[in-house]
Amino acid sequence: MKKLLFAIILFCSSTGMVHAQSEKYLNAMKGNLQAIDSGFKNPAYLLTLANNFERIATAEKTQWLPYYYAAFCQVQLAFMEQDKNKIDGIADKATQLINKADSLEPNNSEVSCIKSMIASSHMMVDPMQRYMQYGPESEKQLTMASTQDPTNPRPDFLKGQGLKYTPEQFGGGCKTAKVEFQKAMDKYLVYKPASELTPNWGMDITRQMLEECNAK
Amino acid sequence: MKFWLIFILILIMKAGVSQVTISGKVTDQKNRPLSGASVVIKDSYDGATTDSLGNFSFQTTETGNKLLEITLLGYSSAQKAIEIAKDNILVNFSIKEQITEMNAVVITAGAFEASDKKKGTVLTSLDIVTTASAEGDITGALKTLPGTQQVGETGGLFVRGGSAAESKIYMDGNLVNNFFYSAVPGIASRGRFNPFLFKGTIFSTGGYSALYGQALSSALVLESNDLPERTEASLSLSVVGLGGGIQKLSKDKKASWGFTYNYSNLALAFSLIKQQQDYFKFPVFHETDANFRIRTKSGGMIKYYGYLSTGDVGFRSADIDSSILKDAFTLRNFNTYQNINWKENLGKGWKFFSGISFSTNRDDISNELENESGEKVVITNPIGYAFKNYEVKAKSIYTQARFVLEKKLNGLNIIRGGADYFYSRQQTDFTAYDSSTYQTTVKDNLVAVFGETDFYLSNDLAVKLGARLEHSSIMDEWNLAPRVSLAYKFRNKSQASFAYGIFYQNPEVQLLPATGPKIGYAQASHYILQYQKITSQRTFRTEIFYKDYQRLHKTDFDAYGRQVADNNNGKGYAKGMEFFWRDKKTLKNVDYWISYSFLDTKRDYLNFPMQMEPNFAARHTASFVVKKFVLPWKTGFNASYNFATGRPYYQIVYDEVQNKNVITDNGRTINYNNLGFSVNYLPNLGRKDKKAFIVWVLSISNVLGQKQVYNYTYASMSTQKIPVGPPSKRFVFIGCFMSFGVDRSQDAINNNL
Repeated sequence: MKKLLFAIILFCSSTGMVHAQSEKYLNAMKGNLQAIDSGFKNPAYLLTLANNFERIATAEKTQWLPYYYAAFCQVQLAFMEQDKNKIDGIADKATQLINKADSLEPNNSEVSCIKSMIASSHMMVDPMQRYMQYGPESEKQLTMASTQDPTNPRPDFLKGQGLKYTPEQFGGGCKTAKVEFQKAMDKYLVYKPASELTPNWGMDITRQMLEECNAK
Repeated sequence: MKFWLIFILILIMKAGVSQVTISGKVTDQKNRPLSGASVVIKDSYDGATTDSLGNFSFQTTETGNKLLEITLLGYSSAQKAIEIAKDNILVNFSIKEQITEMNAVVITAGAFEASDKKKGTVLTSLDIVTTASAEGDITGALKTLPGTQQVGETGGLFVRGGSAAESKIYMDGNLVNNFFYSAVPGIASRGRFNPFLFKGTIFSTGGYSALYGQALSSALVLESNDLPERTEASLSLSVVGLGGGIQKLSKDKKASWGFTYNYSNLALAFSLIKQQQDYFKFPVFHETDANFRIRTKSGGMIKYYGYLSTGDVGFRSADIDSSILKDAFTLRNFNTYQNINWKENLGKGWKFFSGISFSTNRDDISNELENESGEKVVITNPIGYAFKNYEVKAKSIYTQARFVLEKKLNGLNIIRGGADYFYSRQQTDFTAYDSSTYQTTVKDNLVAVFGETDFYLSNDLAVKLGARLEHSSIMDEWNLAPRVSLAYKFRNKSQASFAYGIFYQNPEVQLLPATGPKIGYAQASHYILQYQKITSQRTFRTEIFYKDYQRLHKTDFDAYGRQVADNNNGKGYAKGMEFFWRDKKTLKNVDYWISYSFLDTKRDYLNFPMQMEPNFAARHTASFVVKKFVLPWKTGFNASYNFATGRPYYQIVYDEVQNKNVITDNGRTINYNNLGFSVNYLPNLGRKDKKAFIVWVLSISNVLGQKQVYNYTYASMSTQKIPVGPPSKRFVFIGCFMSFGVDRSQDAINNNL
């Protein structure tokens, strides 16, 4: 009886701990996710968030999402970085993180999106010399992302974004970008993230870009 | 009872979660605060990121012995053990900056680097082909950089008061002996090799590495392409000829092969554009090359490049010693070059490089003195006319073997060493007007061993120390050439570099006496100080240099009346200042650069009667290059303006009475001006539906038709002189280049964004 009672208590307390931890995980993730929007206005804060996600990722070890978000924040930092000499280092850091997410959650469409963004950030350092290397890589990852999850709107958004900044003479510009943004928008409207932690970004910016392009 | 006990126990466990504040500061080794560093209690969620003052502070519920870890991009991470109990903890960190290629200073004194990948480069390969005055020639583009002369009467690079012979050109570490097409009197010959063969170029205007030798002034180091991006075929058609080729990439993308063939015939161009020379044999060239490249398992690379060409040309020009006679000159050239090299990673920081090259060259030259009706005449009174009838058959063989072993030490520190072996044999058969023949054969075995270290004392300070030991069998003496360079990076990312070195060189083969007194190496010491600031859009650099020439070769007449090296009593100096400014930012979509060189040089060498300004050196040289791509028109416009002040010229004559060389006439040429212009039109740019990518090129030299005089040639029997200028006042090139199997539009887009 005593043994049974002890076992029950031990069971309760241990499951309670597991539960507490995952609640801790949920809360920590949610807190940081809510802060991402304000991070876009302040690179220093975005770095803090990147570090927060990375700490959660390293402590948890088996969760792909904190690695994903850490990589997401880092690649955004790479895009914001003004000093071109620093971009490669930041992008390499993002690569390390996304590779860990990839090994925990293989063939994930969201992971492929980040990989595409990383390739684009490397290209930005010296577009003239790097296109041949990183251009096809970025495109390849987006194509993979679309195949891995055809309902994911983000590959379409990223494709549209790339086209928007390509001159019209080369098949870019709003005219062609609009088509991709519209595709993304249609998907966003019906997209249901698997959980409250899974990636669900990009709708506002897609709408904004679509409006910009429609205004032209 | 026990239930309660356990319950209380659990309560205590939960209540034991008390919070402790951990704070501190993260700085670098010079005590400067570091922001953005991540602080973490290992394997926990708890941590923080340092603020702009390097401070951090966070609360934790962790207890006991833990590791606190700091990480920051570009710095070594650090850990400290802490014991978390009840009290707040204050812990400071000082972390060390990693020495990485990204941050570290680059030693650049004396060198211009053109590369697609490396940082700190001044030009890219594409810049070379889009420089208007370059006319698709590598050395043409280099002539818009400071330190080079606008010499147009002969080929080659004249760098900082040095002659063309003082500049050597290397492909993948191996010397290229006949980089330029064979010399034709009064016409600058171009480089043989297509600029698109190379992914990187280092043009050293002095103070170059111990890995190279036998060049008193300058080394041009070309690195050939690795595997192509994809399989591609190409075709070209222009006013000077046509060509085609294929480059095939294997399916596993680990190997490739390719070949090209080019046929050039200048009959059309020279018929349309009037030439100074009267051609009875328009220049015709057949050129073919082949290559293969294999990537090895450990990421190494084996590359082969082979080249074969024949050239034929013949023309008449007015003989300077006569008003009616003409000189008919013909040249037939056969040239081959083969280069195979192997680069391998041996693991544990060891790298191995080896290469073998083999080249042959044959020039059959004949000159005839002809009368008005084009018949050969032999005039023996005075005898000077008779000597204008001659034939030369020059055959040469060069071979080189080389290896370099490199070990990467901690950080970026590198130590490398290796050896070179050169064999050269040149045979010249000279037939005079009276059919008497003279044969000279010169053979040389040259061995060199070299060592070099790259030593980074910090990200901001690097030193390169090197030495080269050489022995040439002709000179029959050893020389030891020390090389030192160092670079310091300032806080504003600009940097200062210094280079020093001693350089040795054998006399040019044609100056080597068949027999005679023993002569030694010519010698130059370089001192170079550089300041440079490179941002992604702008480059500024300035250099001052001093070059001390010692033991230059003086010539004397041999038994056949030929000028040959006689002693090492020559000497001289070159000093100057140079500026370079490139800006892609100020004007939108416009890229321009400006170079200026000031040169003060005098030397006593060859047959000079005293120390004097050599005829290949202008005091002031400047270039302005501008490029603009107009996207809606899919057209690039390139212009360049080259300027040089007049160069001295001399008539040097041997005075039998005084028994020495004297100057009987001299002067200075008019200033040199050349406005070049080129247009590239890419009709299929961005059209992914088109199979061929097409580039139309139009280029015009000396657009303004300014009078250009490079030099003067003197009559051999009077002080009569005639100016040497370009063969035509203006040259117009129109060509079309097509490539298939790949859309290069993205290249072009990104080149111009």
